[in-house]
Parts: sequence; C-alpha cells; structure tokens
Amino acid sequence: MMLTVAMPKGRIFTEALVLLKRAGYDIPDDLEHSRKLMIDVPNEQLRFILAKPMDVVTYVEHGVADVGIAGKDVLLEEERDVYEMLDLRISPCYLAVAGLPNTRVHPIAPRVATKYPNIASTYFREQGEQVEIIKLNGSVELAPLIGLAERIVDIVSTGRTLKENGLIELERIVHVTSRFIVNPVSYRMQDRAIEHMVDRLTYAIEKAGESNEN
Amino acid sequence: MRVFMFEKPLGMRDTLPDVYKTKRLLREAMMAEIETWGYSFIETPTLEYDETVGKASAILDQQLFKLLDREGHTLVLRPDMTAPIARLAASKLYEEGCPLRLAYAANVFRAQQREGGRPAEFEQVGVEYIGDGTMYADAEVISLMIFALKRAGLRDFTVTIGHIGYVDALFFDILRQEQRVETLRRFLYEKNYVGYREHVKSLPLSSIDRDRLLRLLTLRGGKEVVAEGKAYATTEAERRALDELEQLWTYVDQYGVTDMVKLDTSLVSHMSYYTGVLFEVYAKNVGFLLGNGGRYDELLAKFHRPSPATGFSVRLDRLMEAIGEQQRGEKTTCIIFSQERFTEAYAKAAEMRRKGENVVLQHIAGIQNMDQFTASFDDVVYVLGKRGKDEQ
Repeated sequence: MMLTVAMPKGRIFTEALVLLKRAGYDIPDDLEHSRKLMIDVPNEQLRFILAKPMDVVTYVEHGVADVGIAGKDVLLEEERDVYEMLDLRISPCYLAVAGLPNTRVHPIAPRVATKYPNIASTYFREQGEQVEIIKLNGSVELAPLIGLAERIVDIVSTGRTLKENGLIELERIVHVTSRFIVNPVSYRMQDRAIEHMVDRLTYAIEKAGESNEN
Repeated sequence: MRVFMFEKPLGMRDTLPDVYKTKRLLREAMMAEIETWGYSFIETPTLEYDETVGKASAILDQQLFKLLDREGHTLVLRPDMTAPIARLAASKLYEEGCPLRLAYAANVFRAQQREGGRPAEFEQVGVEYIGDGTMYADAEVISLMIFALKRAGLRDFTVTIGHIGYVDALFFDILRQEQRVETLRRFLYEKNYVGYREHVKSLPLSSIDRDRLLRLLTLRGGKEVVAEGKAYATTEAERRALDELEQLWTYVDQYGVTDMVKLDTSLVSHMSYYTGVLFEVYAKNVGFLLGNGGRYDELLAKFHRPSPATGFSVRLDRLMEAIGEQQRGEKTTCIIFSQERFTEAYAKAAEMRRKGENVVLQHIAGIQNMDQFTASFDDVVYVLGKRGKDEQ
C-alpha cells in the first residue's frame, strides 16, 4: 500500500528532505531539482506530490494525499480538518506584526496587509483593535513603503527582508515550525503505514535535537 | 451580488437521473437491512423551531439555516435527524413503551463556511435506539451500521470506537476543573496532537499523571487496548468505561464484525454531545468521514424526558462516492407511435408496464431530434403508419 506525501515546494522542502533521509528514507537526490510534480519512490512505498505550501493542507484534507508537511502558519490560516501529528521542528520562524519605525497607526482607517488574512483578523480582534485587512499574495513588505497599509503581518525567519526594507518588528504573534499532518480517513484506513512513518520521523526529530544540542 | 440564471444557492445541488438511481439503490439496500432488524422508519418536518430542536442539535449554531415564520419565531432547517426524533420520542412515542427503535432516510441542512461547493443539503440514513442504556444497545447500533453498509455494497471500510466517559474520567481525575478539562478535550476534538502534547508538558503535573495523559494518544488498536488502559487506570470511572468497551467488543464479536472495528481512546467527535461510547466510520476512496454515531444520554432530557439513547447516521452522498455508480439490470423501452395506431401502442405499453418493465410512450410528432431522443433508450419500438407496416 503506497502512501502519498504532499510536500511544500520552496523553503521547507530542503529541510524536510534532510529530515526524511535522517529518518532512513532512501530518497533519490534529484527529487529536489526535479520539475515533476509527482514522483514515486517505489522501494519506500511512497509517492511525493509537490505543492504550494498553502495548498498542502488542502490536498491532505481532501485525502488525495494521505500525509503532508505543512507550516503551522498554514494550519492556523486554513483551519483544515487534518490530524496534526508531529512537530518536525524544522524551518523555525514566527509570525509578526511589522511596520516602518516611528509611524502611527492611521486614526481613521487603520490597515494591515498580509498573506494571512485569517490569522491577522483573529489576532487584531483579540486585541480589540478594528483594522481593515488587505490580502496580498507576496512581497508584503512593499505595503507600508508605498502607503497601502501602515502595518503588515508576515512570516519572519531571519528578519533580513524586514531590515533591508527599513521595517521593524512590532509584535510577535506565534512561533512557527513545520508539522507532519495526516488525513483523518488515511489515519484510520492506513494506520500501520502511517504509524510506521510517525515512528521513523519521531526518531529523526530526536536525533536532530541531540545533534543540535552538541 | 448578481445571481446567474442557472445558479443555485450555495451548497445546493440537483440530482440527475443516473445519480438518483444510484442513490436510491444504496438507500433501499440500507433501509432493507435496517428494517430486518425491526426498526421503524419515520419522517419529521423539514422546519423546526430554533429554540427547541435548533438548540438541542449537535450541529454548531453557525452551521444552521435560520428563517422567521409569520409570527417572528426563528425556524431552522433541520441540521440533523437526531434532535427531531428526540423531540418526537419525548412527546409522543414514549408512551408506546421503550426501548424504541426508529430509523430515517432524510435530507439535512448545514451551511458551509469554506469552499461553497460542498453540499449544504445532503441525505443521511440512520437509526436512533432510545431507552436502552445497556452495552447491547451500543453493540446493536454499531453492528447494524456495519451490516447495512455491507448490504449497500461497501467493502473497504473501518469503524473506530472510543469512549468519552474514559477521556473525561482521566482528565477530571488529573485536572479537576471543567475548564481545564475542556481545553485539553478541545485539542483532541481539533485533532491537534502536537498542541495536546505541548499543553500536557506545560502543565504542572507529576510525571505519572503526565504519562497517563500522553499515553491516551497511543491507546489504539484491537481488544488489547482495554487491558493496556486498565493497567494504568487509577479511578473507578476509568475502569468502568474500559469495562464497557470490553463488553462492547465481546457483543460486537457475537455479530461477527470485529474485523471492521478498532478502538481508539482519544476519539472525541464532538465537544459536549456524546456521553459514552462513540464511533466514526471511514471508507476508502473518500477523504472525509462517511458516518458516525454514539451514545447521547442527555439529549432526551432537553425535551423533559430523560432517557438513554444511541444511534448512527451515514451520509448517502459520501457512500455513493465510496461505492461508485451502481447499475441496476433494468432497461427502458421507447414506443414511438403515430396517431392512427395510438390504441395499439398504448395496449402494448400497458402490457409491458404490467410486467414491470419501464416504457416510454411517445407520439412521433412530439420528437424534435429523432437520433438524439432514441439514443437514450435500450430498445425502441415503432408503431407507425397503417397497421402491419414498419413493425420494429
């Protein structure tokens, strides 16, 4: 029985691959540079599909992928019905509110630009702040520079992008790492294969943790 | 927003002939099995009062379709069948003597918040078994669900059984307060095991209690789960719940269906609705839950008639997805006639219909495109012109 694994393209992919290899999975090296969107690794009984990070949860929720690797940011934003099984402790970063230094929030029409409208809206409602959320699909740092919004909510990993655009971090919202997620039906129908994968990944995470401490 | 000519309200769907047929076959198969177990089918109104059935239902308030009647009362389109049946059982049927075995095949309505194409109206087939608090009732309902699904033709599926009484007993023993228990229960309900583990580790607990809470996530599998759980159970309430699961397993085994069943003590299908054994059913080829059920001993009390009860419901649309299109071996014949031979054509059609065959009787002048029209029938008979000519 083959397991289908939804992998996020981009930043998380490389680190996820390292973790899978550390877990003992025999995965071809060209996986990372392939332009194929679906790759079978028959000797491990795995099929990888490569998706946009935001879409990984969708594939897994609908069950076309049994399991997947997704950032906690995506899980919070999308609120999909999937099992969040493991914290893989890779690609650490955090969601933060940022803006230009010494600017005041617009008193009449406060605006926040973000790729994460759901998270941003929840966060500001919790603070009792009424803001207009403007959804962007990328280069969110541009918004304060050009006057679209005074503040942004975005992922910060090193803080370099913020710095290079003259922005400063104002508040941290939540710490983010990548998670191993499982479709609820696969969790039941393919329980052995998934349990096996969870065990191997757990071992790899612990091993990675030890080597970081040394 | 502009409404397009052929648009339907969000989540509402038409059922076309082929799908309708498949749906009917599956429904009939399930109903036939349920009837042989002595359950009586009933209907309840599509509209109910929000104050009674709406509030008593297990479905979240934001998923209800609400409207006002002429007196200004809030009405709901029934979001499930359990609450209306509880109302009916409490008001009328209860006098007829318990336990009651009731069944339904009915459409329910749930507004969808995400991806509007998901069905907001769908049919459920299910049963409610009211007035029997024994484990035999739970075993019967679970086994009946399995038998009915098998009869409908479903092969590759699994039923996961949990016990909310066990989860609550464990949580209350360690955490003491309802609010803390609810926080932890919510992690399980949201399937967030990472959050559960982190939360447990953040609590000021003894290492023994912490292990007890973490072990809950791994208590999955067959009958051995009960013994494993008992080895670590410290309260009477935990042991009682595990005893119930053990009994249940024995009874379901009598029905011969334990190969379809697994236990999972961390199963939490709803934040507050279920009171004992609960279960979910999953099938291959469908990414979503096929059906679920469990014991809801507090619902009848909301209609002033406290009584134990259990039941299951299966979504017919998802069952169809799991099984695929079904073909019944019957065909439809078309008799095309012209005016002068109408009597003869009708007599032929009536004869065939008496035998149970499907017949379309069609005057030739009513057909716009002969090829297109006749293509949809298995057989076409022409009764045209003067008698004796053009037969077939």
